[in-house]
Amino acid sequence: MKWRYFKQSVFFSLVRASALIITLALGGIIFYIFYNGYSVISWDFITKPPTDSMTKGGIMPAIIGTIYLTLGAIAIGLPLGIASAVYLTEYARQGKVVRAIKIGINCLAGVPSVVFGLFGLGFFVIFLKFGSSILAGSLTLGFLILPTIIGASEEALKSVPQTFREASLSLGVSKWQTTYRIVLPNALSGILTGSILGIGRAAGETAPIMFTAAAFFTSKLPGSVFDEVMALPYHVYVLSTAGTNIEATRPIQFGTVLVLVAVVLGIDLIAIIIRGYMRRNKRW
Amino acid sequence: MVVMGGKEIIQLDDVNFYYGECRALSNISMKFVKNKVTALIGPSGCGKSTLLRVLNRMNDLIDGTKVEGKIFFEGKNIYAPDVDPVEIRRKIGMVFQKPNPFPKTIYNNISYGPKLAGLGVEDMDTLVEQSLRQAVLWDEVKNILNKSAMNLSGGQQQRLCIARALAMKPDVLLMDEPTSALDPISTAKIEELIEALKKDYTIIIVTHNMQQAARISDETAFFYMGNLIEYNKTEKIFTNPDMKQTEDYITGRFG
Repeated sequence: MKWRYFKQSVFFSLVRASALIITLALGGIIFYIFYNGYSVISWDFITKPPTDSMTKGGIMPAIIGTIYLTLGAIAIGLPLGIASAVYLTEYARQGKVVRAIKIGINCLAGVPSVVFGLFGLGFFVIFLKFGSSILAGSLTLGFLILPTIIGASEEALKSVPQTFREASLSLGVSKWQTTYRIVLPNALSGILTGSILGIGRAAGETAPIMFTAAAFFTSKLPGSVFDEVMALPYHVYVLSTAGTNIEATRPIQFGTVLVLVAVVLGIDLIAIIIRGYMRRNKRW
Repeated sequence: MVVMGGKEIIQLDDVNFYYGECRALSNISMKFVKNKVTALIGPSGCGKSTLLRVLNRMNDLIDGTKVEGKIFFEGKNIYAPDVDPVEIRRKIGMVFQKPNPFPKTIYNNISYGPKLAGLGVEDMDTLVEQSLRQAVLWDEVKNILNKSAMNLSGGQQQRLCIARALAMKPDVLLMDEPTSALDPISTAKIEELIEALKKDYTIIIVTHNMQQAARISDETAFFYMGNLIEYNKTEKIFTNPDMKQTEDYITGRFG
């Protein structure tokens, strides 16, 4: 008897320790970034462009660039992903074709991001002649986050009770109207929850934008979607590998990472607020 | 085929129904009479709910199903290739086993169908009130029309679902065990409602409750293993059925 309780307490301790380690790791990372980066954070840092070969000044163009690229990726990935998920769950006959498509989507999720970058370079930048631009970068990132959004949307659509669809169809309402008026509104908060993960990924990736959108340095803001932009992750990469003075810019690197984390959290927060607003009316 | 008195509204002509390889209805031929309540009874899995869903083409939604034979609604075969099932469902409404209001306001639950079907309703407020009155729910909800339908009790929700179906002004109302999830008081209310509705509607109701079938229906059809065993006046079925199987089922010897 005693032995059984002993085993139980050992097991619980292990589980608890695992949870603690995760929390400590996350806390440690955030603390480390904050500790090393906070000294450079100032109003000028987030509102001024870099100066003196990027060893001084701010990172404003990179912040703006990352926000543009992330919003662009959402604008491309979200509608396309939701539409694909609607097709897969609501319209397609479940069978071999659908299964093949789903396997394809899962494979896409496993493709390394640098492959997306190279594809973006070859297809959007060179073949479609978009050049290195917000458009090419947003498209590349949009495709990168597509599997996440499709997966989240599928789950959310499946969780809408079948009885809602039946009730609507039994009233002589068409399938499309049922999908648009009943199924999608009830799935939207779930879709957003899953998509938040994708949003974070789009903002943080370096490889996909390296060849398709990111500029080494530009102090002016983009005038159109065909302009190059600086981006936070790429800026960090540049400063810490190819900068003019890698050691001296260490604090700026950490400061940039800190801002990147804040930007991702900020975009997530907006999505969470929208989701909360949508959830208010939802109850079944 | 049993011939009932009165004008028929739906006629089934040698109907077979398959879920994949499995035959759920075999050679069903019968007529439903206008402005009557017809009860479909029989043990679970006998095909009565399937039959109900064949009548408004809700079974179209399930992959791998197949219908053979003809079903005439007001003289037109609803499985003819040129027929739009959406149109059929506007004329043949349905109430489900579990109350399934939309997570919308009470008002919007009612107005949803007529609005989207493009019925061109000029005075939606009147239609909503009319439908809720018909379903004997108006007095209970008239002050909370803009509250979520999810706050209503189960019995109220089911009457809301009936009102929602009535708002489409259908000719036929299909009810799939509409009271099986409700308490006795709510059940009594729905039964009264069915009694009142048959003036204007043809009602076909699936029920597992023998007393309910005897109380509310004019005609009763007994199904067993996908076959129509007996179809007759309700009094006749419940007092002096022709078939031994019917008698056994009604008296509770199997099922």
